[in-house]
Amino acid sequence: MVLPVQSVWLIPALPLLAAGIGALTPRGGRALAAGSAILAMAGAFVLACLALNGSLNSAAPLGSVHAVHNFDWFDLGHGAVRLGWLLDPLAAFMCVMVTFVGLLIFIFSLGYMEPDANFTRFFCFLSLFAAAMLGLLVANSLLLLFICWELVGLASYLLIGFWFHKPAAAAAAKKAFITTRIGDLGLLLGLLWLYDSTGSLLFYDGGAGVLESAALAGLAGHLLAGGLAASTAIGLLIFCGAAGKSGQFPLHVWLPDAMEGPTPVSALIHAATMVAAGVFLVARVYPLMSADTLLAAVPVHALTVVAFIGAITALLGALIACGQSDIKRVLAFSTVSQLGYMMLALGVGSWTAAIFHLLTHAFFKALLFLGAGSVIHAAHHEQDIRSLGGLRPRMKVTFATFALGMMALAGVPFLFSGFWSKEAILHAAHEWDVSQLPLYAGLLAVVLTAFYMTRLVAETFLGQPRTAPAAQAQENSAVMTVPLILLAVGAVLLGFIGTPACPWLQARLSGEPLHSSMGNFFAGGGLMFLSIVLVGAGLGAGWWLYGRQLRATAEARDPLVVASPTVMAALANRLGFDELYAATVGRLNTLTAALADGLDRWVFGGFINFLGMLGVFSGMVNRQVDEDTLNHGFDSVSESIRGSGRRYSRAQTGEAHGYLRVIAIAFVVLAFVLVLGGVR
Amino acid sequence: MTQLHLCLLISSALFCIGLAGALARSNTILVLLGIELMLNAANLNFIAFWRFGPSPAHATGVIFVIFSIAIAAAEAAVGLALIISLYRHQRNIRLQDAVRLKG
Amino acid sequence: MSSFPLLTFLIFIPWMGVLMLASMPHAHPKIVRGLALLYSLSTLALGLLAWGNFDSAAPGYQFVEQHRWISLGVLNVSYHLGLDGMSLLLVLLTGLVAPACLLASWKIERDPRLFCMLFLFLQGAALGVFLALDFFPWFVFWELSLVPAFFLIKLWGGPGASRAAYQFVVYTIGGSAFMLLAFAAIFAAAGTFDFVELAALAHNGGLAAKFSGPVLTAIFLGVLLGLAVKVPLFPFHTWLPSAYAEAPTGASMFLTGIMSKMGVYGFLRILWPLFPAQLHAAAPGLIWLALGGVVLGAFAAMKQTDLKRMVAYSSVNHLSYCLLALFAVAGTGRLHVEASTAALSGTLLQVFNHGLSASALFFCVGLLEARAHGKRGLSDFGGVRTAAPVFAGLCGIAMFSSLGLPGLNGFVGEFLVFRGVFGLAPWAAAIGCLGLFATAYFLLTFWQRVFHGPQGPGVAAFPDLNGLELVTLLPAIGLMFVLGVWPQLLVSVFNPLVTTWVGSLP
Repeated sequence: MVLPVQSVWLIPALPLLAAGIGALTPRGGRALAAGSAILAMAGAFVLACLALNGSLNSAAPLGSVHAVHNFDWFDLGHGAVRLGWLLDPLAAFMCVMVTFVGLLIFIFSLGYMEPDANFTRFFCFLSLFAAAMLGLLVANSLLLLFICWELVGLASYLLIGFWFHKPAAAAAAKKAFITTRIGDLGLLLGLLWLYDSTGSLLFYDGGAGVLESAALAGLAGHLLAGGLAASTAIGLLIFCGAAGKSGQFPLHVWLPDAMEGPTPVSALIHAATMVAAGVFLVARVYPLMSADTLLAAVPVHALTVVAFIGAITALLGALIACGQSDIKRVLAFSTVSQLGYMMLALGVGSWTAAIFHLLTHAFFKALLFLGAGSVIHAAHHEQDIRSLGGLRPRMKVTFATFALGMMALAGVPFLFSGFWSKEAILHAAHEWDVSQLPLYAGLLAVVLTAFYMTRLVAETFLGQPRTAPAAQAQENSAVMTVPLILLAVGAVLLGFIGTPACPWLQARLSGEPLHSSMGNFFAGGGLMFLSIVLVGAGLGAGWWLYGRQLRATAEARDPLVVASPTVMAALANRLGFDELYAATVGRLNTLTAALADGLDRWVFGGFINFLGMLGVFSGMVNRQVDEDTLNHGFDSVSESIRGSGRRYSRAQTGEAHGYLRVIAIAFVVLAFVLVLGGVR
Repeated sequence: MTQLHLCLLISSALFCIGLAGALARSNTILVLLGIELMLNAANLNFIAFWRFGPSPAHATGVIFVIFSIAIAAAEAAVGLALIISLYRHQRNIRLQDAVRLKG
Repeated sequence: MSSFPLLTFLIFIPWMGVLMLASMPHAHPKIVRGLALLYSLSTLALGLLAWGNFDSAAPGYQFVEQHRWISLGVLNVSYHLGLDGMSLLLVLLTGLVAPACLLASWKIERDPRLFCMLFLFLQGAALGVFLALDFFPWFVFWELSLVPAFFLIKLWGGPGASRAAYQFVVYTIGGSAFMLLAFAAIFAAAGTFDFVELAALAHNGGLAAKFSGPVLTAIFLGVLLGLAVKVPLFPFHTWLPSAYAEAPTGASMFLTGIMSKMGVYGFLRILWPLFPAQLHAAAPGLIWLALGGVVLGAFAAMKQTDLKRMVAYSSVNHLSYCLLALFAVAGTGRLHVEASTAALSGTLLQVFNHGLSASALFFCVGLLEARAHGKRGLSDFGGVRTAAPVFAGLCGIAMFSSLGLPGLNGFVGEFLVFRGVFGLAPWAAAIGCLGLFATAYFLLTFWQRVFHGPQGPGVAAFPDLNGLELVTLLPAIGLMFVLGVWPQLLVSVFNPLVTTWVGSLP
C-alpha cells in the first residue's frame, strides 16, 4: 500500500483534527483529548509509513523523486496564488521520524502531564505543533511552508508558555517567538524576493518551480550590486529563518530558555519538530542554496556562510553546555551544538549527512529529554544535577536508556547511531575544499560533547542521592518507560541505515544509485580513528573529573569551577549573550519606541496643539480688539441713545385719560388753527 | 339753516358728548362707549356730506360708513377683550389704575 | 432587481431606524436595543443580498441609481449610487462590524435610546460614503458621519473624552475643509461632481488641461489632506490614539473598523483615479510617510501603557500598510503587473481584515476594562487566563490575527501587501518588516502582561465570557479562521476590479 501525493495532506490533517477536538473539549474530557491526539498521531504515523513506502518504491526514475500535487489557493489578477503538496524521500523520512518520535512523546506525556489541570489543552497544543510541523514537511510551496513555519512558532509559543502563571515561562515563550520572528522576517524577505524574481513559490512544478533548473539558472545568473548572485542573497535570507528556528548563533538565545516549558515539549521542540524545521528548510531549498557554488567570481557563497555559522554554533553550544548545571539546559545547549553540526554538514555540501544526523539526533535527543523528564518527574521537579545523584539503583530503565542516549550523542563508536551520522558530517567537512576550519571546530566539539555528557550522567545517576527529592525518586510507570525503551532501540539501530559501507539513507534521499560495499566501511579511516580517539578523550576527561570522585554534596564546588572560576562563570552565564542583546537590541528597541512615542506626543501632537493654541491666541487678540476699540465706540453711542430714550419715556405716564386729554386738546387746538387760519 | 347744518350740529353734539364721556368716566367700558359715540359722530358726518353733497347718486359715503362700522365692531371686540384681561389682572376696570405701561 | 433601489435601502434603513427610535421616547431600553440591532443587521442582510446578485466577473458599478438631485443654474448634483467590488467589501464589513458594536454597547445604561440613534445615524452615513458616486452626496455623508461620532465620544467616553472628541472633529473637519475647497475648484472647471465622469476626465487628460500645474497640485494636496487626516496617514494621526482610547468600546470598534476605512476608500475611489499623475509624483515622499506609520506606529504602540491606546496605535500601523501598498503602486506605474495586482489585492484584504481584527481587539480590551471597573493599564492585570480561559483564548486569536499569523485572516493581506511592495519598492518592504517585528513584540507583551504571569489584584474574580459577549465575538473569530484558510471568498469579489485597475495604470 502506498499513499498517493494527492492524499499526503492527510498526514498533517489528522493531528490538526485532533487539535481541533482538543480545543473544543472541556477540561474534564481528558480521555477524549489525549485519545484523539494519540490516535491521530498513530494514524499519521501509519500514513507516513505508507507515504515512505510509496516514495521509495515509486516507478519514477532515480533523480526525479519529487511527486507533487499543486492547486490554486486564491485568484490574483489573471493568475493565482498556488500551493501544493510534495512527497519525496526527504519529506517521507522526516514524516516517519516526526510521527514516530511525536507519538512516543505523546504517550510519555500521558504520564508526565497527568497531574496537570490543563491536560486537555496540552494535548491540543501538542497536536497543533505536530500538525504544523508535518504540514511544513509536505509543503511544496515556500509560502505553505512559511505558513506552517509560523504555526510551528505559534505552537511552540503556546507550549513553552504552557505554565503561563510562571513569569519565567511566559517570558521565555515570548522570547522564543520574538527571536524566531526576527529570523522569520529574513525568511519572509527571501520568500518575497524569490516570488518577485521567479513569479512562483512552488518548489517543483513540472519545470516551472523555484527549485528547478530554469529558475535556479536565472537566479544564479542575476548578479546584484557587489557581485553577489541573487540566489546567494535569497538563500542567506532564507537561512536567517532557518537560523532562528534551529537556534543557530547568533539567534540561539531562545532555545535554552524554552526549557521553561514542560519536558515533553522540550523533547518535541528539540528532537522532532521545531528545531528540525530550520535544518529541513535548508535541506529543502538546497538546490537554491547551492545554485551559486559553480560561480567563481562571487564574493561569498551562501553555503559557506551556513558552514561557518554551523561550525561556530557547534563549538559554542558544546562549550556552554559544559558550564550548565540544569539537566535540561545541558541538553538544550547540546541541541544547539548538534544543530550546528547539521548546519555545518549542509554548508559543506552534504545535505544527506545533515538529514541523517537530524534523524538519528531526533531519536537520541528525544530519548535524553524524555529520560530527563522521567528524572524530573520522579524527583519532584528537581532539575539541578548537583542536587540529584544516585538515581541509578532506583531508576534502572531510565538510567539504562539515558546512558544509551548519552553514548549515541557522544558518538561512542560503531554501535550507536550518533557515531555514524557524526562521522558522515566530519567526513563531508574534511572533503570541503573551501576551508578546514569547520572540521576543526567539529572535532573540538566532539571532545566537549563526550565530556559534558559524561558529566551529566555521572552527576545525575551515580553516587549517593544528595537531596531529599533525589533520595525519594522512584521509577516511573510503563507509560513513561516504554517510550524510552523504544527510543533507545532507535537510537542504537538507526545508525545502520547510513553507514559508509551501505549509505542506504543518503542514496534514497538524493535519488542516486546505492553503492554498498564492505570495503567502504573504513573509508577515510584516519579521520574516523581520530574522532574515536577524541570521543575517548572526552569520555575519559569526564570520568576523570566527575566519575572517579563523585560529588559529595549539592553545595560542593565543581572541579572545573575550582580550576578556573571566571571561565566557568562566563559559561554558566551562557557567555553573556542575553546581557549583550539586552544592552544592544533590547535597548535599541526601547529607544526607538520612546522616540516614536515622543515624536507623536511632542512633535506631531505638539505641532497640532501649537496650531490649536494659535487659533485660541488669535481669538483672544480678536476679542481684545473688539471689546476695547470697536465696542467702546458703539457703547457710547448707544448709551446716549438710551439716555434720551429715558428722558422721553417720562412722557409715557401710562394713564389712558391723560393721553385722551392730550388728544382732545390737540384736536381743539388744531380746529382753532384751521378755523382761524381760514382754511376752507 | 340747511338740513346739512342740522346734521352737522347733531354730529358735533354727539362727538362732544362722546369726548366728554371718554375723558370724564373712569370705568373703562364707558370710556370705550364714549369713543364709539365719537366714531358714530364721524359716521353721521360721512352720511350727511354724501347725502347733501354734489353727487349723491354714487354710493360712496355709505360704503365708507359700512367699513367704519365693521372696524368699530372689531375695535369693540378687541377693546372688550382687553378689558376682560385687564379685569383679570387687577380685579377692577378702573382706567386710572391701568398704569402699568408707564415709561 | 434592476428597479429595486437596493443601495438606497442600504443607506437609509439605518436612518429609518433613527426616526423610529426618535418616535418612541418612552420605549423600554430592551426594545430600543433590539430594534437598533435589527436595523443595524439590515446592512448585513442587504449586503449579502447584494453579494448574491453581484456579478463578480464584472469590474464596473452595479445596482447603479442615478437621479438628478439639485439643478440650480450651473450647480448640477446628482444622487448617484453604485456598488463595485470594493464597495461591496466595505458594505459587508460594515454589516459585520456594526451589529457587533451595538452588541458590545449592550450594557450602556445612560440613555441607550440616544446612543442607538446616534449609532444608526453613523452607520447610515458610513454606508453612504461607501456607496455614493457623486462628490456632493459623498461629502454630505462624509461630514454627517462626524456628528454622531462626536457625540458618541463626548457623551459616553472616558474622562478625557471631551477634549478627544473636539480634537477628532476639529482636526477632521479642518482636513475636509481643504478637500471641499479643492472640489469646489474642480467643479468650477469641470462642471460636474460625478466621480465616474471626473475619473474618465482625469484618465483622458481633460482634467489636467483645465488647470495650470500649480493649481492642480494645490487641489491634489487639498484632497490628500482631507483623506490623510481621516485614515490617518502619518504624521496626521495624532488625533487617533486619544479619540480611540476615550471613545466607548462600541464606538472605538466602529471608528477603527469602519470609519478609518472611509479614508482608505477615499484614497482608492477619489484621489488615485482623479490625480494619478500627481499621486505618481508625490508617491516617493508618501511612501516614506506610510513607512513612518508602519514603523513608528508600531514602536509607539510598544511604549503605551494604556491598552486602548496600544491597540489604537496598532491601527495606525495596519492602515499604513494599505497606504504603503497603494503609494508603491501609484509611484511605479505599469512596470510590474503582478506586484501591483498583489499590492492592491493586499490593500483591499487588509482593509477588511483589519476591520475585523482591530474591532475584535478593541472589544476584548473593552471587556477587560469592564471587568476591571474602568482600569485598562498594561500593569493593571496579570494571569487573566487562569480566571477566564475562554476569553484569553479568543482574545489571543484576535491578537494573532492582528499580528498576521498565517492561518488567520491577517496574514494573507499582509503577505500580499509585502509581496507587492517588495516588487515595486524592495527597500520599503525591508523597512516595513520592522513594523511586523514591532507589532509582534507589543502584542505579545500585551498578552503576556495581561493574561500570563501571577494574577493581578482582583483578577481572580473576573468572570469568563457570558453568552452575549460570546455572540459578539465568535462570528468575528470564526471569520478570521475562514478567511485565513480560504481567502478566495473575498478575493473573488474584487479580483476583476483590481485587474481593471492594474490594466488602466499608466
